[in-house]
Amino acid sequence: MTAPSPLLEVRDLVKHFPVRANPLAALWPAAIRRVVHAVDGVSFAIEAGETLGLVGESGCGKTTTGRLVLRAIEPTRGRIVFEGQDITELSARQLLPFRRKVQIVFQDPYSSLNPRMTVGRMVAEPIRVHRIAEGAEVEARVGALLDMVGLSPEYRDRYPHELSGGQRQRVGIARALAAGPRLVVADEAVSALDVSVRAQILNLLVDLRERLGLAYLFVSHDLGVIRFVSHRVAVMYLGKLAEVAPTGELFKQPLHPYTQALLAAIPAVGDGETSIFDDPTRLLEGELPNPIDLPRGCRFASRCPHRMARCDEAEPALREAAPGHAVACYLYS
Amino acid sequence: MANFFEPVGGPGGGAAAGAPPQIVLEVKGLTVEFSSEDGPLRAVDEVSFHIRRGEIVGLVGESGAGKSLTSEAIMGLIRRPPGRIAGEVWFGGRDLLSLDEPELARIRGKDIAMIFQNPSASLNPVFRVGDQMLEAMALHLPEPKATLRERVVENLVRVGISSPRARARDYPHQFSGGMAQRVMIGMGVSCVPSLLIADEPTTALDVTIQAQVLALIRRLARELGVAVLLVSHDLGIISQMCHRVLVMYAGRVVEEASVATIFRAPAHPYTRGLIECLPRLDGNGRLGAIAGMMPGLRALPSGCRFHPRCPIAEPRCGEETPALRPLATGRAVACHLAGVS
Repeated sequence: MTAPSPLLEVRDLVKHFPVRANPLAALWPAAIRRVVHAVDGVSFAIEAGETLGLVGESGCGKTTTGRLVLRAIEPTRGRIVFEGQDITELSARQLLPFRRKVQIVFQDPYSSLNPRMTVGRMVAEPIRVHRIAEGAEVEARVGALLDMVGLSPEYRDRYPHELSGGQRQRVGIARALAAGPRLVVADEAVSALDVSVRAQILNLLVDLRERLGLAYLFVSHDLGVIRFVSHRVAVMYLGKLAEVAPTGELFKQPLHPYTQALLAAIPAVGDGETSIFDDPTRLLEGELPNPIDLPRGCRFASRCPHRMARCDEAEPALREAAPGHAVACYLYS
Repeated sequence: MANFFEPVGGPGGGAAAGAPPQIVLEVKGLTVEFSSEDGPLRAVDEVSFHIRRGEIVGLVGESGAGKSLTSEAIMGLIRRPPGRIAGEVWFGGRDLLSLDEPELARIRGKDIAMIFQNPSASLNPVFRVGDQMLEAMALHLPEPKATLRERVVENLVRVGISSPRARARDYPHQFSGGMAQRVMIGMGVSCVPSLLIADEPTTALDVTIQAQVLALIRRLARELGVAVLLVSHDLGIISQMCHRVLVMYAGRVVEEASVATIFRAPAHPYTRGLIECLPRLDGNGRLGAIAGMMPGLRALPSGCRFHPRCPIAEPRCGEETPALRPLATGRAVACHLAGVS
């Protein structure tokens, strides 16, 4: 492996959130510290210009992973390496250059914009904070950014409440791009939008990627969206990666039983003659185990149709089953 | 979920074979208006359709299309005033719009069941789940408490909840979203309704849990012959769940067809656009997109309400309102240009 280092590399990332259920528990320091295993040993890399889709159901840790990559929250353990530099322990001041290069687009375009700022001021903010430009140059850049995300110049003086959901998300994207990032974490960036608007924003994100050479960590629960934008897909279940593969391969030949069940449960537009919901063998029974008291073995074992004795003994590691296609399941090792 | 529902009212409740099953709900010219400073705002405009026994009819559209208001108007959940409702809603030989609140209350929860988007908000947090289910049944069924208590347990089993006796004593916060939605369905079907109105029933749920809940609704239709009105913004769900679909845009039905037809050969440009917007699992490349967005009720365009966004609009589309006209049996479209080559 002498290839140049990837844009982003995440090694064995762990995030545990302490649970403070009972205030009295704090009086007994010896009491067992209970934690939510939100992210529990996740490793992946993203190349420049590449989109990695991170998919999973609520509570699987995908959003926490995105926030860890941004260092919006601090990891419990593990390393985050960006452009060959370990940024895990950099101070806020040392992080500034990194902050320019890694930006986020949020899910909810209604709560992620400041209601008291005009679009122009919001988009100008990162340019001023990072001292990318000054004076008239700032305004010129704001104009170019608005144009890039498909907002006409008259939107510069509008407030968020005057915009639709799609327009707000365009502002959110312009703001993320203002600092000139190389990696954008898109956290459910199109989930709150209506179908026709969602298509507009997805097309915009893909166009921007091609134009600016952006890399995305695209976090979503929607496999259709993930399939559309991603080069590679990582499937997450209860804080761990179950499977990582190139997009085409993952959808054609999912290996992990969880990925298979997930794909089988998607109501894709069908022929209207048969329904996937009439076939009980496609249904995954049960629900996610509690992320506080995790089973000793494979986290998916309790719902898995292929459960074996060893699945309950120890957790399977993520291993390559084919070149570039890794899976954490004893069926393949 | 190994146990099956007992068929009620004879075998073959589904929408298959033989003479068409009886019509359970017939909506004619349903119109919902709200008064405002700028005059009346028409949110639902002349919507007509019917649902047969065992049939699942989908109401699909984007936010603001009027699909939820349509279902709320049918259930009598819109307060009048400020709302004004016109048209007819025939159910069980009566026009629901002509009934007063006590009469409606006798029908709702007994003959018509409803489930909504947020199951946890539909349950009262301070009462045990079993007691809430019991209360719903006691309102409509004159049976002793002990019998009803057994029926609560049976219903929990029906909707696939394990250890039902223990779960009946739990409070709503002890249920996950998927479990709570099953409780709502269990409560809804406890009196064996002939109509189930489900408004975005799985929008708050994860995909594997969504599949469990939707499979349950399919079984209700197939095995109990329940007629279902399914409101959803998700074309995939509509295609997998429904027999027939109505596509709504800005308060109007723009197309009606069987599921098999509408996804194979959509006739209205809006339907076509919606389908092209979907990132499909079996394809790639650029998504089709509909430019612009749905108009607000205060600024509805003249003529066809879709014409400002329509890729094939002609001058007359901005002048004349296209009527919903039949194209073939069970198929109708509101477009001047559909079927014209």
